[in-house]
Amino acid sequence: MSTTYYSRSHEYVKVADGIATIGITTYAQSQLGDIVFVELPETRRGFKRGDEAAVVESVKAASEVYAPLTGETTEANESLIDNPALANEDPEGDGWFFKMSLDNEGELKDLMDAETYQTFVKETS
Amino acid sequence: MRYLPHTKQSREAMLEAIGVSSIDQIFKDAGAPQIALDDFALPKHLSEMEVERHMAALAAQNRAAGAGPFFVGCGAYKHHVPASVDHLIQRSEFLTSYTPYQPEISQGTLQYLFEFQTQVAALLGGEIANASLYDGSTGCGEAVLMAHRLTRRKKAVLAGNLHPQYGAVVKTLSDMSGFEVVDGTVTPGGVEDLSTLIDDETSCVVVQTPDIFGTLHDLTKIAETAQAKGALLIAVVTEVVSLGAVKSPGSMGADIIVAEGQSIGNGLNFGGPYLGLLATRHKFVRQMPGRVCGETVDADGERGYVLTLSTREQHIRREKATSNICTNSGLCCLAFTIHMTLLGEKGLTKLSRLNHAKAVQLSQQLAEIEGVTLLNDQFFNEFTLKLEGRDAAEVTAQLAAKDILAGVPGGRLWPERDDVKDLLIVAVTETVTDADFDALVAGLKEALNA
Amino acid sequence: MLNRQGRKTRPEAGSEDNNNMTGETHSGHKGLQMDEPLLFEIGSPAKTGVDLPDAPTVDDKLGGLARDEEIGLYGLSEPEAVRHFVRLSQKNYAIDSGFYPLGSCTMKHNPRLNEKMARLAGFGDIHPLQPLSSVPGALKLMEELSDWLLKLTGMASIALSPKAGAHGELCGMMAIKAALDAAGSPRDVVLVPESAHGTNPATAALLGFKVRSVPADKDGTVRVDAVRAAMKAEGGGDVAAIMLTNPNTCGLFEREIKEIADLIHGSGGYFYCDGANFNAIVGRVRPGDLGIDAMHLNLHKTFSTPHGGGGPGSGPVVLSDRLAAFAPVPFLRRDGDTLTLVEETDGTQSFGRLTAFHGQMGMYVRALTYILSHGIDGLNAASGDAVLNANYIRAKLKDVLNQPFGDQASMHEVLFDESSLSGTGVTTLDLAKALIDEGFHPMTIYFPLVVKGAMLIEPTESESIETIDQFIDVMRSLISEAHEGQEDKFHAAPIHTPRRRLDETGAARKPILRWNAEN
Repeated sequence: MSTTYYSRSHEYVKVADGIATIGITTYAQSQLGDIVFVELPETRRGFKRGDEAAVVESVKAASEVYAPLTGETTEANESLIDNPALANEDPEGDGWFFKMSLDNEGELKDLMDAETYQTFVKETS
Repeated sequence: MRYLPHTKQSREAMLEAIGVSSIDQIFKDAGAPQIALDDFALPKHLSEMEVERHMAALAAQNRAAGAGPFFVGCGAYKHHVPASVDHLIQRSEFLTSYTPYQPEISQGTLQYLFEFQTQVAALLGGEIANASLYDGSTGCGEAVLMAHRLTRRKKAVLAGNLHPQYGAVVKTLSDMSGFEVVDGTVTPGGVEDLSTLIDDETSCVVVQTPDIFGTLHDLTKIAETAQAKGALLIAVVTEVVSLGAVKSPGSMGADIIVAEGQSIGNGLNFGGPYLGLLATRHKFVRQMPGRVCGETVDADGERGYVLTLSTREQHIRREKATSNICTNSGLCCLAFTIHMTLLGEKGLTKLSRLNHAKAVQLSQQLAEIEGVTLLNDQFFNEFTLKLEGRDAAEVTAQLAAKDILAGVPGGRLWPERDDVKDLLIVAVTETVTDADFDALVAGLKEALNA
Repeated sequence: MLNRQGRKTRPEAGSEDNNNMTGETHSGHKGLQMDEPLLFEIGSPAKTGVDLPDAPTVDDKLGGLARDEEIGLYGLSEPEAVRHFVRLSQKNYAIDSGFYPLGSCTMKHNPRLNEKMARLAGFGDIHPLQPLSSVPGALKLMEELSDWLLKLTGMASIALSPKAGAHGELCGMMAIKAALDAAGSPRDVVLVPESAHGTNPATAALLGFKVRSVPADKDGTVRVDAVRAAMKAEGGGDVAAIMLTNPNTCGLFEREIKEIADLIHGSGGYFYCDGANFNAIVGRVRPGDLGIDAMHLNLHKTFSTPHGGGGPGSGPVVLSDRLAAFAPVPFLRRDGDTLTLVEETDGTQSFGRLTAFHGQMGMYVRALTYILSHGIDGLNAASGDAVLNANYIRAKLKDVLNQPFGDQASMHEVLFDESSLSGTGVTTLDLAKALIDEGFHPMTIYFPLVVKGAMLIEPTESESIETIDQFIDVMRSLISEAHEGQEDKFHAAPIHTPRRRLDETGAARKPILRWNAEN
């Protein structure tokens, strides 16, 4: 059983068994266009909420991916290195970026749920 | 004015279409505060003939390298460039195009850049190369910053025998950007032990070969030592013709190789324009500065070339770019590529052996002169002489008065050091003749006996 | 559309001729358009295009470092090499072959006299480290060029050595940093307008400054109030400098530039001006009169040294009195009749050295040749025509393309956005590619970043009214076609080029950056 949360900088957070899986949203990848490169954090690196954790690049743009929570990375999605298109094709599935521990579960309540995020996207686009 | 196509009529027609009375009025409307032409106190235009006369008079005051015996090197070398190189780089389509922003109408530039990158990577012994930097010295600065990014460390160790002006460029950049530089010891003709200067905070070790005194270095050990401490080895080559005869820095373990490419295809030009070469490992590509060209296909599936990995660069990444470089050394790369294509493996090998053999011959002749000691055991086409008890700058001045440009005196490169004042660094390329040898040997004998 | 000979440049769609035009050939060549393989595919390690004397026999002194494996270089004989590179050249668009209105790049005519002068042995064949007593003419040339550039800009001092515009920015910002440090008041924020060239924030960040953005006003310029607000947000005393381009990248003169200079000076900061667009005002407006402290001049833009497929450039920096002492080595020093080059920082306040040797001498020769050819009257006429041409294009296109910033007269380039194309399915990129099929180099697209689908058109003074009219006709025809629903044509463009649109995504996902024998 997992629950999905969304940040204002267009990362999603899926929480299951005390581990958060982070990636960029379907909307974010559609805005970037064809993704050509993803720079992932090394494992066991600590992040505070809002730190730059990863970079995602299309041909003409580069964007930072921010840690939506405080914690330590436990795993990075190595398959994105060889096949960055996964982040376009299945952003909220096989195209995830990294997993991290949840050091402060209270931070989750500052994120949006799916419905609120959809409204947020509509308002800002 | 011969460069302006407009006539009085065309200007008037255009002003009418715009709906303004005069060109000056446009500047007023735009809010630009013009001053009167006379207030500049500058002369009026000249005919082509007059300009040519003026420039030729200035040029005539300078002693060209090709006008007599010439042995000056230290980072810029007089080589013979085939006539076709200069002819081809003046093709309008090369000379008067810009950065290939529109690849469909820039395949000429892009394809030669791809060829250039291939040649540079092979020559320096790297896996990949970029499409050039301004010159070897700025390339050296960029390589140090690249190493800092890769290692997340902030300290560079510079070998004492690195070209002192390269060292100055790295130090200026480091001082201004908040990075640290550790200086090695100037060791004329010798090999310095750098291992004691490397610690856990060292990002890179910068070693030049052949070094400023001409000495060739085996980089294998220092590469291992640096890498064992988590640092990178940056190799610097200021005379790329040497690579036709000696092992490449990449094959000896260097992580980043930067070089001055002027020797191939490009003239001396009093110091510029030149071209910086940079090669490295494929895994470091995202931290590489400068433009890079890559192969791809077009809409019909035909092979073609584009500038790629642009997200590293300033026009996209702005304050997070790997470098601020934009315009690089395009046309100098083309000259390099054409000359290297004319040489090929065979020609470069022969050119390189010729340079070395001539240098060996001259070094032996000069070392026989009383009061002269050859400092290098191993060198390529440049070596250092110790002129016992003499200021080499005075000696070169005496020889220059006899129209012999004998080399670079130590005092020119390190004016603050007394221990190098008696050193003369002599470069010998294929352009030097037997008569030039005789002139230098006789001239030096005379100068030292005076 | 008729060409200058009154002949149609493309047969009507569907006509029989059309099949011939796009037909394939047995050779892969199409008339003058020769397909050309990589040199590695036609050359070999055994071939060479040079004859060299045999090396004399000696015992080598390589100390055991002799190369023991092949390098992997391929050679061609001279006729093959000449043909290879001539064929490559024919795949390039160039100023010499057509209109090249690339905004912010000043693609003006490159006089061939410049090339001839740079190749005089007394300039092209002198070594940077030969005795200075053997090159007095070179130093005089540098002094003459300096004198012109200082008088044209109304500034106090100059650093010639920067190798290109971005290197000049680095030089100017280093001088500012050195001046602040010398005054014991280091500061860490640099203000950069959103419309700036990417090199500005990249340069500031390289020196460890925090880059803070200043928004442009709705008229496309930077207002003194916006600068004041940005300074206040940083606590006032932390702002080291503002980097402002003037004329700016929207092709507009910054009307409040003096007030902005006063404001920044009043707080103890400095004013860096990006001089990329100096061609608009040369011989008319002196940046020194506007209160700037440092500005680079792109000799390859304003002073016609060739762009060379992306360099070499040259970026001398003029400095105010406040910064003059901090200029990098080498610099010229005149003492009566003696002119010398100071190569070391000892005994000076110089911030250091930016490059080995003395900068881009080859470019100095070309730039001075251009300047002497023009004289002050010719430079004034050139900037006038450059501005005239831009405003003419604007007047002739403003009913079909949207100008995002109102009515202020343009300087030497004119900016449009893509809003008038909305709903047509045609973007700025598509329009640019269609222009290629019409025989024009596109304008700068998607820069500056402050407008959507930017088209920045810089005609320069080198173009005749006939060329400009032809460009205007083509632009209007294409825009009509876009509105008539011919979006497929635009998406397919270009079709008459040696290669069609290239797969940049594929190139970036799996970078192939060199040829390999196994490929």
